Amino acid sequence: MTIQRESCHRDIITLDNVSFSYQKKDILKNMSFSVKERDFIGLIGTNGAGKTTTLRLIVGLLKPTSGTISLFGEPIESFRAWEKIGYVPQKNHLNPLFPATVKEVVLSGLKRKNKWFSRTTKDDYEKCYDALMAMGVEDLADKRIGELSGGQQQRVFLARALINNPSLLILDEPTIGIDVETQKSFFHMIKHMHQHHNITFLMVSHDMEMIKGYLGDEPADQIGKLNFYIRHSHDTKSCVETNLVHSLRHLRKNLALKNGGIN
Amino acid sequence: MDIIYTSFFQRALIGGMLIGVAAPLIGIFLVLRRLSMIGDTLSHAAIAGVALGFLIGDMPIVFGMLFALIASFAIEKLRHAYKSYAELSLAIIMSAGIAIASILFTLGRDMNMDVDSFLFGFIYALSPNDIWTILAVAVVVVLIVAAKYHQLFLLTFDEEAASVSGINVKYYNILISVLTALVISISIKVVGGLLVSALLTIPAACSLIIARSFKQSIFIVMLVGELAVILGLFIAGVWNLAAGGTIVLALIVFLLLLLGWKGIISGRK
Repeated sequence: MTIQRESCHRDIITLDNVSFSYQKKDILKNMSFSVKERDFIGLIGTNGAGKTTTLRLIVGLLKPTSGTISLFGEPIESFRAWEKIGYVPQKNHLNPLFPATVKEVVLSGLKRKNKWFSRTTKDDYEKCYDALMAMGVEDLADKRIGELSGGQQQRVFLARALINNPSLLILDEPTIGIDVETQKSFFHMIKHMHQHHNITFLMVSHDMEMIKGYLGDEPADQIGKLNFYIRHSHDTKSCVETNLVHSLRHLRKNLALKNGGIN
Repeated sequence: MDIIYTSFFQRALIGGMLIGVAAPLIGIFLVLRRLSMIGDTLSHAAIAGVALGFLIGDMPIVFGMLFALIASFAIEKLRHAYKSYAELSLAIIMSAGIAIASILFTLGRDMNMDVDSFLFGFIYALSPNDIWTILAVAVVVVLIVAAKYHQLFLLTFDEEAASVSGINVKYYNILISVLTALVISISIKVVGGLLVSALLTIPAACSLIIARSFKQSIFIVMLVGELAVILGLFIAGVWNLAAGGTIVLALIVFLLLLLGWKGIISGRK
């Protein structure tokens, strides 16, 4: 079971014959696929099809029983440039009493050199604020994370994933527990990021409407019980800004003008 | 009041104040990672080590450390064996520690072993050497937390995100275990094996009530720890009470005051 496509872009994620079993049960068997630069891949499947497992293998939280995984052309074992990857897990089992502000949470995503006594610079705070701005939650910066609603928390975790200007965003059910309006503006934002910026997406979602609306009616490929919806993007057309968060800030302003606010 | 001017009281104060910083500082990470009970478990293992150290020669702190370290690695191993029942490993190691300690206590009966002091502390018996050991451990704990603050925060807040961001989670878990074992073994002399976990957890419990940010909570735990040690020692010194128990009761009084204050504040809203 292999997905092979001709493409003008290099491989960002490559799974070669990957199997994963847990307590002697095969979750994934001999899976091979690749994600090219600028792809938007929607991963759909029934419960237990192995969607989350696939994502967790790719970010290194699980080790395949057999087979190899490469990220940006490098075997995952020697891959070090983790700041290129933004990962938002399915649900953050967050302790509501945890003493951390939104700002502290977003800054925790920042790539830091592995040195002693690293300080948070003015530049770091700006990046943090930009990422919060992009997600429309800059007003919440000093709130305790546990005081936020589920949807707000999800945006904070997205802001954390965006703070390093990642080349690859891996999202596991990013809109679960978020109201319909916020979902819409969120997908709008994601589409914009995909069309105008050099970002590759791998997203697990239950939202068939959004997936089909953007990625086409039929899955491009199928591996086992997993369906892959794929859309490729070529040029970073018509985006004035190259910096992601700055452009998102712009987009949000336009949206706000059109809809009278997206919150 | 004369006791305050004695050298043993002053040593107790210095040692207590150093532990009042180090123990809560490591404790906040344990509590936030839902490992509150680990302090209790390691301290029971350390009691056994202290008893053995006493039997072999006069090396209670060294053996206490050794036992606490062995116990922390055993907990990690058991935690993997019983994945989703992590607290089970704590219960097992704690019983093992008490079992060994009880046997050693009986063996030491003929050797004038002061069992009470292992269980409830013997802070007035701190020697200058003890003070140096406590100082070294306290400095190491404070330096490592300051140096690796961001990594420790991410690890505590979201272990998976820490792993994905390239932090060596295994290495940091071992680091935290080692620091915990060190802090516990130096704290046994001050508050005793049965009360060590109070110094680790109650300041953290206080900070959870009032802290708005992680940075704040770090300062709050150290402040609460310091105040309780100083207040507890002076009260115990003046009225001739057990020092360890008085310090722990001071911590509990702070906690109750904060809870009451929080209740009044939220009642007003």
